[in-house]
Amino acid sequence: MSTLESGLYRLGWLDEFSGRDTPMHRIDPRAKVLATVVFLVCVVSLGKYDLLALLPFVIFPIVLVSESGMPPRELGVRLAIAAPFALVVGVFNPLLDQVVIGSIGPIAVTGGWVSYASIMMRFLLTTSAALMLIATTGMTGVCAGIERLGVPDVLSTQLLFLYRYIFVLAEEVMRLARARSLRSFDHRGMGVRVYGSILGHLLLRSIARAQRVFDAMQCRGFDGHVRTRTALRMNGHDWAFLWGWSAVFILFRFVNVPLLLGGLVTKVIS
Amino acid sequence: MSHHSISVKDLGFAYPDGTRALAGVSFEIGHGESIAIVGANGAGKSTLLMHLNGLHSASEGTVRIGDVPVTAKTLSGIRKTVGMVFQDPDDQLFMPTVGQDVGFGPMNMGLPEDEIEARVDDALTRVGALGLKGRPPYRLSGGEKRAVAIATVLAMCPDILVMDEPTSNLDPRARRNLIELLGTFEHTKIIATHDLDMALDLCERTIVIANGTVAADGPTRDIFADEALLDACQLEQPLVMQGCPVCGHGGEAPPLG
Repeated sequence: MSTLESGLYRLGWLDEFSGRDTPMHRIDPRAKVLATVVFLVCVVSLGKYDLLALLPFVIFPIVLVSESGMPPRELGVRLAIAAPFALVVGVFNPLLDQVVIGSIGPIAVTGGWVSYASIMMRFLLTTSAALMLIATTGMTGVCAGIERLGVPDVLSTQLLFLYRYIFVLAEEVMRLARARSLRSFDHRGMGVRVYGSILGHLLLRSIARAQRVFDAMQCRGFDGHVRTRTALRMNGHDWAFLWGWSAVFILFRFVNVPLLLGGLVTKVIS
Repeated sequence: MSHHSISVKDLGFAYPDGTRALAGVSFEIGHGESIAIVGANGAGKSTLLMHLNGLHSASEGTVRIGDVPVTAKTLSGIRKTVGMVFQDPDDQLFMPTVGQDVGFGPMNMGLPEDEIEARVDDALTRVGALGLKGRPPYRLSGGEKRAVAIATVLAMCPDILVMDEPTSNLDPRARRNLIELLGTFEHTKIIATHDLDMALDLCERTIVIANGTVAADGPTRDIFADEALLDACQLEQPLVMQGCPVCGHGGEAPPLG
């Protein structure tokens, strides 16, 4: 199976998982979207050396994983796919920032390493939260949710179609790539020029398909507004989820809980 | 006059690049008729279908559905009357789940929620796909996609069904099931196809299109018996009418009606 094929399979798996019925899946998409947004803002707005303050945020993905029945391995595989991007983003930090800001036993720790670790930590937190949002809500739910929250129609519709046609486009890419590799020998025919032509074809095919999809939509009375049928109602649980988690995130953002606990423990011991 | 009838008069159409796809096409289709539109690749079948619900507007001539001419102003009514099933179901199934996709048309018609639900269930039941309601369309097999694509149109309760190559890319069993399903519909049906055996099974009348014009229009079995005509239009007799390749025994007489 090619990387693209297995990637598609994983995306499809996530989609099917989002159709399950667990307490986490039942929470209104709007509550989950807003709570995740508060989570993301709190996590990314912490300072670059605030590694300790990031730790408590782990509780959110952990609770989502355990309450939704998501196999941790499935989440791990998806995080691993995105990890190289984060690894590369901060790779020069340890070289550029060599100011020693602390020590673990005899080892001096430089600011660069701390900020690199904090980038990785932020990546793990934000990506796992976003993945869990999709896994427990589904793309349709997320789109219906953000639409009700006042996000312009054009954006939520684009997002919905983008997701729907990832599969069709990827299948088209796979067919083109297969056709090319079957007629390429000894690395001939694998050059950049061929890629250029393949991309051109892909663009033209996508435009033709877009026209046909639009025709099909028009035939069924499309007037520029996609009406989703997901009936949304925020009940007590949803409000509790939203306010409860938001309060926790804001607390973690402004109070360095590990430092506080550490201070308390030190005080008790001494 | 019934909404189920179609009248095409002197229809001509050229694509923006100048390619002339249709010229002087005229025919009348009455209430409840099943019509096959056959012709070689590039003969103009799909372009003709596009005119029947206003996806293309006629550059010459007129198209009328019942009493109503197809114009920009009448489009929304025309599209409720004429349901179109596309050749590639992936173009037609764009919503995240089968149920939502089938509900897309009724929802755009402004129907109340319980009516939409009833229509979705009814349309899916008719094509034998109620079990697929919650599934995403891209996870379905070719035959399932085709059935759902037909359900998306049935849910709008059209009077006329227009289908472009409904049996293409189907395995023999799925094809047979589809033919039986289409046979149960009482709509006026217009089916563009290369599957002449299906045309013989389903359509009492056939219009042959060649080079953008009507080359022949008449009872299906008469047209398919005319080998010279079929040959001139790059077509072949349906398999059921051809001689047996093993024993050389003559093909069956085409079924009546």
